[in-house]
Amino acid sequence: MSLKLKALTKSIWVYHLSTGSCNNCDIEILDLLTPRFDVERFGIILVGSIRHADAILVTGALNLKTIPRVKAIYDQAPKPCVIIAIGACSCGQGIFAKGYNTPEPVDSLLPVNIYIPGCPPKPEAMILGIVKLIQKLRGKK
Amino acid sequence: MARNIIPIGPYHPLQEEPEFFRLHVDGETVVDMDIEIGYNHRAIEKISESKSYDQVTFLIERICGICSTSHPFAYTNAIDDLLGVQVPERALYIRTIIGELERIHSHLLWLGLAGHFLGYNTVWMWAWRYREPILDIFERISGNRNHYAMFKPGGVRRDLDEADFPWIKKTLKGLLPKFDMFKGAVMDDPVIRARTEGVGVLTKKDVHDYACVGPTARASGVAIDVRRDDPYAAYDRVDWKVITADGGGVFAKAVVRILELYESTNIVLQCLDKMPKGPIDLNIKDMPVGEGIGRHEAPRGEVFHYIMSDGGNSPARHKVRAPSYMNIFSNKKAVIGETVSDATIILAAVDPCYCCTERMAVVDCKTGKKLMDGQDLIRLSQEKTERLRNTRTIL
Repeated sequence: MSLKLKALTKSIWVYHLSTGSCNNCDIEILDLLTPRFDVERFGIILVGSIRHADAILVTGALNLKTIPRVKAIYDQAPKPCVIIAIGACSCGQGIFAKGYNTPEPVDSLLPVNIYIPGCPPKPEAMILGIVKLIQKLRGKK
Repeated sequence: MARNIIPIGPYHPLQEEPEFFRLHVDGETVVDMDIEIGYNHRAIEKISESKSYDQVTFLIERICGICSTSHPFAYTNAIDDLLGVQVPERALYIRTIIGELERIHSHLLWLGLAGHFLGYNTVWMWAWRYREPILDIFERISGNRNHYAMFKPGGVRRDLDEADFPWIKKTLKGLLPKFDMFKGAVMDDPVIRARTEGVGVLTKKDVHDYACVGPTARASGVAIDVRRDDPYAAYDRVDWKVITADGGGVFAKAVVRILELYESTNIVLQCLDKMPKGPIDLNIKDMPVGEGIGRHEAPRGEVFHYIMSDGGNSPARHKVRAPSYMNIFSNKKAVIGETVSDATIILAAVDPCYCCTERMAVVDCKTGKKLMDGQDLIRLSQEKTERLRNTRTIL
């Protein structure tokens, strides 16, 4: 476990990357920042630029038009970078698996660290997922 | 004359979804704009042709997460039209309740985001705070906060429990004073007025030219509303009125949405009182050959679904037209001539929903010269509010 990765667990700055989702996971992510859930208590904050991010929250089933852009964004991310797949579409491909415009799942393109399934996952589930991720990065069981 | 280009997107902190605007600016003024969409295309109409009629409701619910009932609503209307059946009375009331609760949560969501773009993060936090009770109601009724899966051809999938009604009514009535608070915050605040009134104006003629629908049209004084013009579900059995405003700017759009919060609450409360007992769905055995259309007034405007059946198990053709498809192109009219710092709120004012719109798009992509990134744009917008606020204090 690198020192950089360990330092990252103190306060994770997340970048939200919608790869063609239905918007639902995306508003649930924004919901995390608002008073009922308020993840800023834990140092988690949504940043506007990928160059400031420690983690990428990926939502949606990748489609032909977003694949090159998602690649470009991942290349610009400072490493180490944690990838969190949120929702059924980005964990597998969900209901869009057979569509002509959604050729591959997210984890064939990006090295996903943690999957949070659900359509959409509840904000509580997302918080639990991030807690588990932090424990995993710190090497705790 | 040198023209500079400001690209907004496709990934941009202003937007939840990927889409791309290219603003051509001369100094501070926007002189032209290109819109490029297609980042959310998921082949829904084609996938729909491979699902059974019951499964399609789950698929089209996932067209959009914010207005996730509007598509099944229009789709089930289309199927009922195709079959020529009369849906049980209780199911109509349940459909109306779900549709109107969704309008409340969607308008609050927009109000919050608009506040954020203007630099009023307090409005954002409060609006989303009072959106939560609505999501709680949905969770109690359907088991999920979004994507309720309540609709099915010929009725609804779940019944409402009479024991929940007092709690639902109490929650909704508890929200009314909060709506008063938002009304006060938006209508009486001189700075918000100065930032939004007369900004991004669409005249009546523009609305007709661009065929805008929903609150975007109603804010320009065009009273169109499918719920009144072509009544379906239980909308003709309850007492409510179509909200319109004059002005056509961002302020008028906000006013229309805030006043609609009251109307929707009113409709839900009336439906809960008037709802008859009885069956909630029909047993549909087979699909005749034919075609049907269904419409619904979604939070953003009219949703239209067309179904063609060849007598088989799944639709032969399923066509969807979402409200944002009409509304986002009016941005071109509204933004040109305004300043860059106002562009963000004008682009957001039609409450665009790209995941609804993009089922069919062929787009050519070129990259513009990068001058400012998205953070700068939000900062510009927030600074302008700050400046106005300071001048007011001095005066």
